Amino acid sequence: MRADLLINLAYILASLLFIIGVKKLSSPETARQGNGLSSLGMLLAVVVTLWHKDIISYEWIIAGLLAGSLIGAVSARIVKMTAMPEMVALFNGSGGIASLLVGWSVYHVGTDLATATIVPIVLSVLIGGVTFTGSVIAWAKLSEVLNGKPHLFTGQHILNGLILLMILLSGILLSFFPAGNLLGTEIPMYFIFIGLVLLSGILGVLFVIPIGGADMPVVISLLNSFSGLAAAAAGFVISNNVLIVSGSLVGASGIILTQIMSKAMNRSLSNILFSGFGSVVTSSGNAEQGDIKPITAEDAYLILEAARSVVIIPGYGMAVAQAQHAVRELGELMEKNGTEVNYAIHPVAGRMPGHMNVLLAEANVDYDKLREMDDINPSMPTMDVAIVIGANDVVNPAALDDKSSPIYGMPIINAHHARTVFVLKRSMRPGFAGIENPLFFKENTRMLFGDAKQSIQKLVAEFKNQ
Amino acid sequence: MEFVYLFFILMLAIVAGFELISKVPATLHTPLMSGSNAISGITLVGALISAGSANETVTIILGTLAVTFATVNVVGGYLVTDRMLAMFKKKKEGGKES
Repeated sequence: MRADLLINLAYILASLLFIIGVKKLSSPETARQGNGLSSLGMLLAVVVTLWHKDIISYEWIIAGLLAGSLIGAVSARIVKMTAMPEMVALFNGSGGIASLLVGWSVYHVGTDLATATIVPIVLSVLIGGVTFTGSVIAWAKLSEVLNGKPHLFTGQHILNGLILLMILLSGILLSFFPAGNLLGTEIPMYFIFIGLVLLSGILGVLFVIPIGGADMPVVISLLNSFSGLAAAAAGFVISNNVLIVSGSLVGASGIILTQIMSKAMNRSLSNILFSGFGSVVTSSGNAEQGDIKPITAEDAYLILEAARSVVIIPGYGMAVAQAQHAVRELGELMEKNGTEVNYAIHPVAGRMPGHMNVLLAEANVDYDKLREMDDINPSMPTMDVAIVIGANDVVNPAALDDKSSPIYGMPIINAHHARTVFVLKRSMRPGFAGIENPLFFKENTRMLFGDAKQSIQKLVAEFKNQ
Repeated sequence: MEFVYLFFILMLAIVAGFELISKVPATLHTPLMSGSNAISGITLVGALISAGSANETVTIILGTLAVTFATVNVVGGYLVTDRMLAMFKKKKEGGKES
């Protein structure tokens, strides 16, 4: 048999392994095995590629593989679960730039630049570039190297439009005249190509910079999708089906997550991407004011001790305070006390899809206790206590009844339906989007001020002292 | 013809992707993201060919960088996903966490 044929058969097997791997992600019980199968597929694809007829030397391949494995393995090992969004953003970015570099190097060799090759090259450079710089900015915002607030400036849309136009123009030019000089001038097309690389990078920065930290789940999902599309484009460049299959799998996955996230915020994708949400503090028309009722840990304990059902609603604040282990401990103590404990998780709680679930899983909370918003809301009125830990907008009842609120229409967890609500909060500072939260002023709400982790630990101590 | 064939694969894969991924429960969305992210590192295959066939400085640099970045994506992505998925378990097993 020809080596070509063998390689292609192996690629088909690898693609199948990816598909089966993703299928096994549909349940936490089989998910780990699925990930293993998927990585096996990757190994297979990499190993057979080494037989490719065009590969003449191995020293640089080995150097790259070693360096990449080392960086990847070490960062995967040491990253904290709370920093997972940053990590995923960086991995996304490295996938993106790899696709860009593949496109670039094929263009550089430039032996066969037929339209069917140059168009995918342009696409892989464009999407890869946007993914790379966009992910770096997302990482910077998430890790607070950059301020997480939306950055807007006048003429931003015009600048974006201009850059898009230039990208489109250079893309078209490259498609028709891939090599040589630009139409009767002295400018080599290679310059135009480099321009395209740079412009793609700039576009990625401009694309993420106006988006606020609370909207990061959407951005990360979208960049995830882009990294897949870039790989699929690179697949067209080198006419390789395994890249196309897996790239589009990832593209589809990112798009689905993006949709879920935007739906959970009741905002269209374009509104999230282009509005700079939260940059202007919109004063809510009829901001409900009233008395804040603080509560001490001792009194909170007495209420929890008597409660039959408690629901814990975590948000990004739990991640910031690294409170997940303390939360699990409190949950266990309450269960020992005969209380039914559930965790209600809003789809956009945290900074990436499923962020809270991973943190609670890290703390060893049974995943059966993690309930989705639509699942828990109907039983909210029967809950004795709802404990809101570092969440704000996702429990803001203004989203239900205040038409002037910027988050009006967003589905929320109905914490205010519980008989008593504890809100663990550092201070009365409004949440990320700068929106007043009438939940804090409700009759049945008690505020437990302080660092979330310390407050929980105080409650744990109370339980233990009895 | 080749383009049509590749396009055909693209369409099928997109449909399969939508079908499969809409069945992933919300609780696994973070591992889904990092796991699918690792799959997108498949661009490594392209990077290997570029780096291995390179015979001048520029393509060697481009190819080697591409291999490095793609490998970070692949190795890091799979390992971190595995680390997360190992944490999702039922209480009954009396899970011990590293």
